[in-house]
Amino acid sequence: MDMSGNENSQPTPIDPDSQLLFEQAYRWMLLARILDDKFASLYRTGKIHGGVFLGRGQEALSAAIGVNLRKGDIFAPLIRDAAGRLAFGETILDAVRTYMGSALGSMRGRDGNVHRGNPKTGILPMISHLGAMISVVNGMLMARRFKGQSGMVGVASSGEGMTSTGAFHEALNQASIEKLPMVVVIANNQYAYSVPTSRQFACDSLADRAAGYGMKSFTVDGTDLRACLTTLHEAIERARSGQGPQMVVASLLRLCGHGEHDDAGYIDPKLKESPLGRDCLEVAENVMLKQNWGTRSSLAMGRSDFLRQVEEAVSQVQREPAPDPYRETWQALATPGLSETPRTSNA
Amino acid sequence: MSITYLDAICAAQARALADDPRVFIYGQDVGQFGGAFKATKNLAKEFPGRVIDAPISEDAMIGSAVGAAIEGMRPIIEIQFADFSTVGLNQIVNQASTLFWRTGLPCPITIRLPSGGTSGSGPFHSQSLEAIYAHYPGLIAFTPATVEDAYSMLLEAVAIDDPVIFFEHKFLYYHLKSDALPTTALPAGKARVALPGRDMTIVAYSAMVHEALAAAEELATEGYQIEIIDLRSIKPLDTDTVMASVARTGRLLCVGESWPWGGVTAEVIARVATEGLDLLDVPPQRLNAKDTPVPYHPNLWGVHRPTARAIADAARQMLRT
Repeated sequence: MDMSGNENSQPTPIDPDSQLLFEQAYRWMLLARILDDKFASLYRTGKIHGGVFLGRGQEALSAAIGVNLRKGDIFAPLIRDAAGRLAFGETILDAVRTYMGSALGSMRGRDGNVHRGNPKTGILPMISHLGAMISVVNGMLMARRFKGQSGMVGVASSGEGMTSTGAFHEALNQASIEKLPMVVVIANNQYAYSVPTSRQFACDSLADRAAGYGMKSFTVDGTDLRACLTTLHEAIERARSGQGPQMVVASLLRLCGHGEHDDAGYIDPKLKESPLGRDCLEVAENVMLKQNWGTRSSLAMGRSDFLRQVEEAVSQVQREPAPDPYRETWQALATPGLSETPRTSNA
Repeated sequence: MSITYLDAICAAQARALADDPRVFIYGQDVGQFGGAFKATKNLAKEFPGRVIDAPISEDAMIGSAVGAAIEGMRPIIEIQFADFSTVGLNQIVNQASTLFWRTGLPCPITIRLPSGGTSGSGPFHSQSLEAIYAHYPGLIAFTPATVEDAYSMLLEAVAIDDPVIFFEHKFLYYHLKSDALPTTALPAGKARVALPGRDMTIVAYSAMVHEALAAAEELATEGYQIEIIDLRSIKPLDTDTVMASVARTGRLLCVGESWPWGGVTAEVIARVATEGLDLLDVPPQRLNAKDTPVPYHPNLWGVHRPTARAIADAARQMLRT
């Protein structure tokens, strides 16, 4: 085995204030919204088994993570990170395949919907137990250090609900002790499923917790793409340059239910009318128009192009094979000789 | 030269670290201090930067081991007492155990759990949790009963491309001694006939192998020849070796130090009953710890878990029918 590791490629530095980065991020946001909307409609027509979880209202924050990451970095997304996943390299096809349980998707029908990824390319497929992915990112970063690699960064997504778990605390403390290039991005979307922040934490700001771990923290308006790009860039580059783990806390509002089964009737109407309730995609679109980085018709063209790409992916996946229980190995171990041979009648 | 079961575990780790640059050890007090039981004695000095003290964060320890495994490392995690592994249970049974099945990427981690009772250790430093881990798909559960197996099976555990839960018995740490480290070993997952006999089969693993051997010695003075099967690994479970023994003896007693509900003894008896009921001359029996937390005082502890005497008594009942 090669223990010397591969040097990360040194791409041109990202300019967080550039038109280019804003446009890129806006496009990932738009694509994520269109993809999410498609999943919602497939759910309503019974074409998707299980739940559908959308990132509506969180695309700016998520895209800002993705466009600030490079090849060789690590990203542990959560359920509302379609934009960041796409920006970091996930394909529309893999998202559709996993939601539809295709045998050709990265999870091969063994896992589905938001539980998708490919650890080899740095996208970790989340387990459902919140907080559990952060220490996995830590371990990957520790391993890179063992191998003599540097210059990479790992980002773990969190919601405000996840900050209440023991795993979250353990992992942040661990990252700080090991001085890892890890960034935890907390999307405070005001509700953990139905539970409001008043029942989730009692500190003024979740960012206050960072000091307790010895981490630097940032707060940002999660509805403002420009602010998200700048903040994520600073946090990620600080971690990348060896300044230890960083925490970003973004305020925003989830503009949908927890999943598509949930009508979110519990969301306080006052919050919807507050600045937190702005749709980050509309905000970004208005910036595009105001800056003359696009016209209504050019944005509409971009939208219809993405719609076509998503429709094509769905129709391709619908023609692809579903997993076949008779061809499934039903072996949970990588070492074939150690799997117990099925002997009983129901095995 | 006298090598204890604990020495063997330390030696196996030294060898793994020396042989494979991907191996590192992570756990509480494993560094300069050498571990609560000294299972990593001198290793931090011998292998600088590769034997690392962890904060008291079992969840993060296991989670980071999975991350390191994703990156091609082969971590050994020492949980200070098996009892505390429940704090990291989620990462073991949901993260480590599902990784290969979900992603096709192997998860070569070894989690060492100092297990089982010694008197005076009480409810939270004495547990035998192998049944919980064996229950989950995607995990391997090794339960070595000898100095030789402690050494060779730990090396195997590190070499295996799957998460291995390594149940090392604290009572055996100092009580078992051997003259030399082994140079050969049975294949992983294969049970061993620890004592051949024709009248009855006793299936045991870990420390209970030695209680069963002592019982067999007592019964030998009464003219009974007991066959002892040491499972070595409870998952995979070598049903063939158990069935072959039961076919010879017609009697099966299964002994485990863990609690009775479900578990290894129940599994062994279920397998023999479903596949070979006609091999049995008398109903199969099992002996486990009592269904209470593990007690503190030696008077209570001494009868909480199966002992040689209890095993001999149970065996006599079966031999007389």
